[in-house]
Amino acid sequence: MPHTLALIALLPLVGFLFNGFFATALGRHRANERAAGIIGSAFPIAAFALTIKAFLDLQAGGFAPIVEPLYRWALIGTSSFEIAFYFDRLSAIMTLVVTGVGSVIHIYSTGYMHGDKSFGRFFAYLNLFLFFMLLLVLGRSMLVLFVGWEGVGLASYLLIGFWFDDLTNAKAGRKAFITNRIGDAGFLLGMFLLYRAFGTLDMDTINSAFLSGTGAALLVPASLVGLLLFVGATGKSAQIPLYVWLPDAMAGPTPVSALIHAATMVTAGVYLTARMSGIYMMAPEASQVIAIVGVLTAFFAATVALVQTDIKKVLAYSTVSQLGFMFLALGVGAYGVAIFHVVTHAFFKACLFLGAGSVIHALGGEQDIRKMGGLRSKIPLTFWTFAIATAAIAGIPGLAGFFSKDEILWYAFASAKGGAPWLWGMAALTALMTAFYMFRLLWLTFMGASRMSHEVEHHVHESPISMTGVLMLLALLSAGGGYIAIPHFLEAQIPLPPIVESLEHYEHTLLYVSIVLAFAGLGLAVFMFGGPASRPEGIKQAMLPIHRLLSGKYFVDELYERVIVKPLAWFSEVVLLRGSDKMLLDGSLNGLASLAQRTAGLLGRAQTGSLHLYALLVMVGIVGALLWSWRHV
Amino acid sequence: MSEFTMGPMLLNLVLWLPIVGVALVLLLARANDGLARTIAAAVMTVQFALATVLYLQFDATAAGLQFATQLPWIAQWGVSYLIGLDGFNILLVVLTAFLGPIVVLGAWTSIKKDVPLFHVMVLVLQFAMMGAFVAQDLFLFYLFWEAMLIPMFLIIGMWGGARRVYATLKFVLYTAFGSILMLAAVIYLVQSMQQSSGVMSFAFADLYQTQLPLSVQTILLGAFALSFAIKVPMVPLHTWLPDAHVEAPTAGSVILAGVLLKMGTYGFMKLGFPLFPDAARAFTPLLMTLAVISIVYGACLALVQTDIKKIIAYSSISHLGYVMLGLLSLELVGIQGAIIQMVSHGIVAAGLFLLVGMIYDRCHSRELAEYGGLARLLPVYSVFFMIFTLASVGLPTTSGFTGEFLALMGAFTAAWPAHLDGNNLPLVLASVAVTGVVLGAMYMLRFALTFLFGAVKAPHHSPDHPLLDLSLREKSILGLLTIAVFALGLFPDGALQKTELAAKSYQSLVTTSRTPAGSAGVTP
Amino acid sequence: MDKVHLLLVLSGALFALGLLGVIVRRNALVMLMCMELMLNGVNLSLVTFSQQRGDAAGAILVLLVFVVATAEIALAIPIVLLLVRFKRSMDIDRYADLKG
Repeated sequence: MPHTLALIALLPLVGFLFNGFFATALGRHRANERAAGIIGSAFPIAAFALTIKAFLDLQAGGFAPIVEPLYRWALIGTSSFEIAFYFDRLSAIMTLVVTGVGSVIHIYSTGYMHGDKSFGRFFAYLNLFLFFMLLLVLGRSMLVLFVGWEGVGLASYLLIGFWFDDLTNAKAGRKAFITNRIGDAGFLLGMFLLYRAFGTLDMDTINSAFLSGTGAALLVPASLVGLLLFVGATGKSAQIPLYVWLPDAMAGPTPVSALIHAATMVTAGVYLTARMSGIYMMAPEASQVIAIVGVLTAFFAATVALVQTDIKKVLAYSTVSQLGFMFLALGVGAYGVAIFHVVTHAFFKACLFLGAGSVIHALGGEQDIRKMGGLRSKIPLTFWTFAIATAAIAGIPGLAGFFSKDEILWYAFASAKGGAPWLWGMAALTALMTAFYMFRLLWLTFMGASRMSHEVEHHVHESPISMTGVLMLLALLSAGGGYIAIPHFLEAQIPLPPIVESLEHYEHTLLYVSIVLAFAGLGLAVFMFGGPASRPEGIKQAMLPIHRLLSGKYFVDELYERVIVKPLAWFSEVVLLRGSDKMLLDGSLNGLASLAQRTAGLLGRAQTGSLHLYALLVMVGIVGALLWSWRHV
Repeated sequence: MSEFTMGPMLLNLVLWLPIVGVALVLLLARANDGLARTIAAAVMTVQFALATVLYLQFDATAAGLQFATQLPWIAQWGVSYLIGLDGFNILLVVLTAFLGPIVVLGAWTSIKKDVPLFHVMVLVLQFAMMGAFVAQDLFLFYLFWEAMLIPMFLIIGMWGGARRVYATLKFVLYTAFGSILMLAAVIYLVQSMQQSSGVMSFAFADLYQTQLPLSVQTILLGAFALSFAIKVPMVPLHTWLPDAHVEAPTAGSVILAGVLLKMGTYGFMKLGFPLFPDAARAFTPLLMTLAVISIVYGACLALVQTDIKKIIAYSSISHLGYVMLGLLSLELVGIQGAIIQMVSHGIVAAGLFLLVGMIYDRCHSRELAEYGGLARLLPVYSVFFMIFTLASVGLPTTSGFTGEFLALMGAFTAAWPAHLDGNNLPLVLASVAVTGVVLGAMYMLRFALTFLFGAVKAPHHSPDHPLLDLSLREKSILGLLTIAVFALGLFPDGALQKTELAAKSYQSLVTTSRTPAGSAGVTP
Repeated sequence: MDKVHLLLVLSGALFALGLLGVIVRRNALVMLMCMELMLNGVNLSLVTFSQQRGDAAGAILVLLVFVVATAEIALAIPIVLLLVRFKRSMDIDRYADLKG
């Protein structure tokens, strides 16, 4: 097939159009719901199948990148903006994850969203998201990537505010969109710089130009471009200082949180950085910034996750933290490792979110872990899958998260391209906290005695097979996903950074330390939450100020509100609208008008209404004129 | 008839059709509202169809005028009836013709008073706007330019809202003030050309040859620029716009935002900058600063408006700032982006004003706070509203993106070398302009949030008498505009090819110094 | 004083008389008649100069003035009649509504 890649992207678009036009128009009827669900899931699955085919083609071609032009978007002067797709090892991995995880989450949603009055609309949005996400990972030009980039932002906006009758949901969507837009502004600037230097936005051309370090690449500083693109990445991938939208984004339906806000969209920034690795390899300063921002984000988000009580909020902060790990890897030049973590994270975090969805589903909408407990026996399938994923993210040896996280820690420590012991120290501490808060979540939700109200407890039920089946599949991947050697697979395309020789012999020591940290987190959580409830309460009381700071999320939202949002509104309202527009501009205009009116009033007094006077004045005038001309001419 | 004689006829037909429509309405439908509407709609539709033919036949590879007609008019002054199409006006002619039927259909039920007269005015206005775009003679251009004022004045003044007298007065005073200065400049320009070259001509092509010292260019460009900047409008000459929009009937707002504002930017592109290139380059820092201020200022003010029409009015100021930025960049990308942005804004603002008009017809309120949850109540309406909101925000795949992206890219592409030469102003301005992208999202999504989401709330809505969603007529108008939005967003290449030569000629006209040899104004 | 001078003085006197009348009289009709007097004063001077220079232009101009004067009267008389009907008075001072 000549247009396999285009077809992969366009199939979900067809699904969107179908569900958008027909399913929503037909209203909610049992049969329509089934039709919308089948169509909504069929197109992503077909896209997944095609992706496998494309992957096999790629393999058959010895992994030489496949370029597939679709049409010319614009030709201006000599620079051409092509809509073209690009398939190499990196996009292959991303596309497989996006369509694969995307498909199973679609299937899960048929169960989760069952009975929702906007079932068709949900699938339409979900398909739309997939379309844009595929554009993002398949685009050859940054332009196509940017179309996808903004498009997934739109889909995310629509899905976060999916239940828009509640204004807080819609507000969360808006916050996500605007925060992302701030990042996008930086992204745009980076793109403009690259266009200025190369006259093209094709990423393979730009990468190789930077790597060869000749010609046009010298026109723009790599670090500046790298930082500007990273600003875009902080928006999309929820890094400091633009991470604030992601926790709020949990207002959306849970499958959305799993697909968009954990597995795929938020990793777009990681993908972008890995995709533009040619620039970052030439930009040590930018890489340094990325590593620092990444590790700080990982650390602070993890501390916040320690005290959250909403099951989805814990997972949201955990996502922010894990994304921080990925950026840490990118910052020290281990691009393949970051992508590895993207993949494993997609498996276990999707599993966790969907598991959380299953819990929420079972409890009729309850999300507060203080009102859960003892669910292990009531929804065993959910429990076991959730437990496997928790162990995976916590870094219990043998499971997916262990491999990818351990590699990140190792490169943070020993990479010759910016690795440093303190980076490792922060990351290791974060890993400990990760293990702790994840097992805390597991314990509070599933173990111990029930804290549910009697009525809720009565209705608890295991989810339908469409949901649990997906959970089991993802749990399987969370367990085994680490054995896919992605860094090795990608190494042929993006080399891993060299290791500082003097540090090489620490490798095993660090490995043991990480294993110890994972089990320490587990033990600590079990100690605190496995015993009487007074134990965590006591610790909380002992560290009340810290607890308040953490549960208030460092009051960053309040800070932004005070420092940015309010002053902007004040400036617009008071300075510009009332001061400038109304007082200065309209005021001076009205002043001029009333001045003219007053002058006219004065001059009007000469208009006495007496014809005789007028005639006399005319005569005087004529005589005067005659006299003047007699004297002068 | 061969194509050669057919072409100019076609353009004349497109230009004069509205006047035929006026005659038909006056003869047949002076007391028949329905017939007047039908005639106007039919005339506009035919005009659009013919304009489409013109667009398709327009040869993108040929420089110079196409479909041109030149008839001597006032021979001793060198004035002629000279009209023609080129890359500068082809898209705007199509846009004007495209919005014609949409305006008439959009006003189908909302205008109830003096219907035939209203349509006469709309047709006259259409004629004048079309004339101003196709005129290739300064005298003719000025006539059409002034002629636009009268029907617009009457449309706002007769069919407008409560404060319409204040609004029209402000509108007329502002625009007339600019026009007077421009007239003086026109006379001076032609006069001085006659003195230097002995030829008296008002034809643009001849005037592009004039050589004037920088000081004279500066004064003349000042006069032209004032007139155009008022029309655009650029901050601080913008305060007439929100008032005019708020008081105008929907059709008036659509024409005003859709076409009339483009007159200002078109004037800069076709006349102001190419006629006085040296002054234009000298003015660039000032005008660019004003353009960026307009982008941010308009966006900030749109952020705090409580009147839904004012939000869109201020957003227009912001969006046209990008056009100016692109034009001033003097980069091919930026110029092309500016042209697309003009068309895009015409479509998107028209759509938004129509949407606002449709809700106003139902609820008779423009207060944002009185609405909420319309997505539940009017789903089809909300889908269209979302589409146009996103196009206004400049989301990729919509026309707004094509225009903003290219214009900003042009500004930045021009700014970077300047920065390397030590001049940081363009870079700072371009970077500030990019924040407009964020602010744009902020004000439009604030609008959408309050308007579409949350609890259902709307004046004149009750469970017993729910608001009706869009009628077939309304759906088809918005559908047409939506197609245009995506066509220009996804496949701008065709349009860009048609304007490429014009953009290049603009670029070379403005970058080539034209001060007389030996005078003080030679630029290094 | 030769004949020409005499005629010119007469013309000036007629004009001055008319002007005086327009300025001092309050009756609209009388003012109109005085205006005719002024016109005729001018006419007389025109004819005189025409005669003196042997140029027909002056005489032609006089014919033009006649036409204008006739037209003026044709408009003025109905206006006066309307005014009278409006306020039952020909006193021009009573019509000062345009006072600023």
